[in-house]
Amino acid sequence: MSHDTNALLQEARRQLEICNACRYCEGFCSVFPEMTRHKLFADGDISHMANLCHNCRGCYYSCQYSPPHEFQLNLPAALAEVRQDSWETLVWPQPLARAFHERGVKIMALLVAATMAMLWLVINLRSEGGTGFYAYMAHNLMVAIFLPAFLLPLVSVAVGLRRYWRLTGGKAVVLADLKGAFASAARMKNLAGGHGEGCNFEREDRYSNARRFAHQAVMYGFLLCFASTSVATLMHYLLAMPAPYPLFSPPKLLGLSGGVLMVLGTGEMIRLKLKSDPDLGSRRVWGGEMAFILLLGLTAATGLVLYAASGTAAVGLLLPLHLGTVLTLFLLMPFSKMVHGFFRLSALIIDEQKKRA
Amino acid sequence: MFCCKRRARQSDPPDSILWDVVIAGGGNAALCAAITAAEAGARVIILEGAPKPYRGGNSRHTRNFRCMHEGPLSVLTDAYLEEEYYNDLLLVTKGKTDEHLARLAIRGSQECLPWMEAHGVRFQPSLSGTLSLSRTNAFFLGGGKALVNAYYNTAEDLGVTVVYDAQVQHVHLEGDRFTHMEVSVAGGPVQRFRGKAAVLASGGFQSDIDWLIRAWGPAAANFLIRGTPYNRGVVLRDMLEQGCQSVGDPTQCHAVAIDGRAPKFDGGICTRLDCVPFSIVVNRDCARFYDEGEDTWPKRYAIWGRLVAAQPDQVGYAIIDAKSIDLFMPSVFPAMRADTIEELGAKLGLDGQRLSRTVAEFNAACRPGSFHPTELDGLATEGLDPPKTNWARPIEKPPFYGYQLRTGVTFTYLGLKVSDRARVQMPDGSLTNVWSAGEMIAGSILGQGYLAGFGMTIGTVFGRIAGQEAAAHVA
Repeated sequence: MSHDTNALLQEARRQLEICNACRYCEGFCSVFPEMTRHKLFADGDISHMANLCHNCRGCYYSCQYSPPHEFQLNLPAALAEVRQDSWETLVWPQPLARAFHERGVKIMALLVAATMAMLWLVINLRSEGGTGFYAYMAHNLMVAIFLPAFLLPLVSVAVGLRRYWRLTGGKAVVLADLKGAFASAARMKNLAGGHGEGCNFEREDRYSNARRFAHQAVMYGFLLCFASTSVATLMHYLLAMPAPYPLFSPPKLLGLSGGVLMVLGTGEMIRLKLKSDPDLGSRRVWGGEMAFILLLGLTAATGLVLYAASGTAAVGLLLPLHLGTVLTLFLLMPFSKMVHGFFRLSALIIDEQKKRA
Repeated sequence: MFCCKRRARQSDPPDSILWDVVIAGGGNAALCAAITAAEAGARVIILEGAPKPYRGGNSRHTRNFRCMHEGPLSVLTDAYLEEEYYNDLLLVTKGKTDEHLARLAIRGSQECLPWMEAHGVRFQPSLSGTLSLSRTNAFFLGGGKALVNAYYNTAEDLGVTVVYDAQVQHVHLEGDRFTHMEVSVAGGPVQRFRGKAAVLASGGFQSDIDWLIRAWGPAAANFLIRGTPYNRGVVLRDMLEQGCQSVGDPTQCHAVAIDGRAPKFDGGICTRLDCVPFSIVVNRDCARFYDEGEDTWPKRYAIWGRLVAAQPDQVGYAIIDAKSIDLFMPSVFPAMRADTIEELGAKLGLDGQRLSRTVAEFNAACRPGSFHPTELDGLATEGLDPPKTNWARPIEKPPFYGYQLRTGVTFTYLGLKVSDRARVQMPDGSLTNVWSAGEMIAGSILGQGYLAGFGMTIGTVFGRIAGQEAAAHVA
């Protein structure tokens, strides 16, 4: 597939105009009610609908005009292409966005490089006097690496979101927008198929909630792990309680449960993705998406293994491996599938605004 | 081509199996019959004429089910009782219906809706732009193809065998008994599928253009077929040639005015145009020919197909101005657009000056008054023939828009006469083991005209009856 934004938008527009004259799929998700609010589709409208689409594929399998019909409707793919292109076009700096999304090999290469770098640091800058993991790498060094590695990518994402907001006509956010958007994301309403029986991802024209639940496991797992790190940071600085923490402590309980959810969820996501039809998504990023799911799963798995191995000599290898995965995940936040979370949430917020307008 | 492995293997020659129920057709009625018979324990095979992506006949293009109900039911609001339903049918058919069968379909519809839900069909609230149907018609979530998918999955789970691309060429009768069907699968040699009972649910003949021309005259060559190209009436003709009683007038069908740029076959719902009430419609010679404001959509929607069919070259042109372009559902192809009527006429291939005169005459006959797009507003022309009796606003605000209209045939009404147990009738009584359902028998109930969502009602009610009866026969 090309990066020709206009061609991708034009194909999506062609399909949406057919959909808008049919409207049989109105009840599946949020895309179709938004579609019916238009007679003509501006580029921003299409980008908005593309980011609102969760790729449940209900419309494709129900479509009387899907191939081999001459209208050749494949809306999940058309919107996936526009959505993918919107992330790669809007996120700054664009060359980095273009570099990683469709290159699973590059993602994995970065992972290896980050792990080697961490290993080098652990070997050559071994800290004196730290305990637990800090015996391998000083707390201050970790902060010096991971704070910018977390914050700088967020700047990239923020630039992209700001451009997205302008493109799609988003307004200032009010509480009701957030309530609606978070309620939708929390239940993954747009993967429920309208009837609650799920989407058509891995079982063709039969509905299934497998992907919805797998995604929830990953999302909530990730949030739990993030909460674990945040709580630990607060304990470190505010309560002067540095790591390591015992099993029955907030950081450990949050991190363990989150890690397990992420490992299970990403494993299931990979299984489902292997069973699904790649032609109903953006085919060129299939490998990049797979590598990203793998990276997420590895981040969680290495964290769990590291915890299990704490106190043993294996930490000397496992710690750099885990830190390497985390660093890669952070650095690629704007330039990998990870960015979908920010855009999807924005689309849900903007959709709340459009529903009220 | 055999998709279900549980009860038949691909290696079995079809002739070696004696099926309980052999079903010709693979749309809604056929599937309802198959599921009902299989649930009653019968060993069922579906012979679907289309390849898998196009399975489901015209049901693939449907969107709702007209349903009687005594109180709120699923997505349906309020109540819709037998008498009102029957009166709606009388209005559109002008009394040309079989009251006994019609009431059977109407009364049967109420218990069908929960049955449909129990067999995988999902409903959604009335689509935007169709709120007038929220009381009477239950819309399928995802439309007819989603319904067809759900039924095929249910049938597969029940062990029903499905053969796609299976052209039934002959239904063999010995006396009043069905013995086997002669079928060509994927263009291969003719094979026999033997059975103890047959259900015929393979639709009308509208996709056989030669037959349409014989029935209608040469004008039919210009008709577009809105649905499946696979309904060529082969089984229907075979049964009629074997002396089965027919119902319905071969010239009657469900036909609407659709976008003239629609594909010859299979354009489906999105090619319809809802602009007629807000337009003037002229023929090739730029002359108006019928009251465009006679009644609200969708009640009058179905008559324009026949009106356009009666015009020279079977073509019409709806002309509107900028005031009306947002008052109806978007069209699948953009309207022709111009800043003057002359220019619009030329773009549509009409004589621009004559069109301009027709519009001027119409505009001069318009009277002041208040315009209400969603109700009969009585805003009528004066001294114009034919008049426009509602929504008559002058066409004067550029840009002007035009659509070419052609006749789009949904399905033909010529069919098999059946008993109230869906059994196929011969002049001297019923066939012993042959039932029929769906569009193949709809002509009994729809003598003319059409009621939105009623085709699916007839298919579901009589499909289930046929399945029950066939299964009971072989039990």
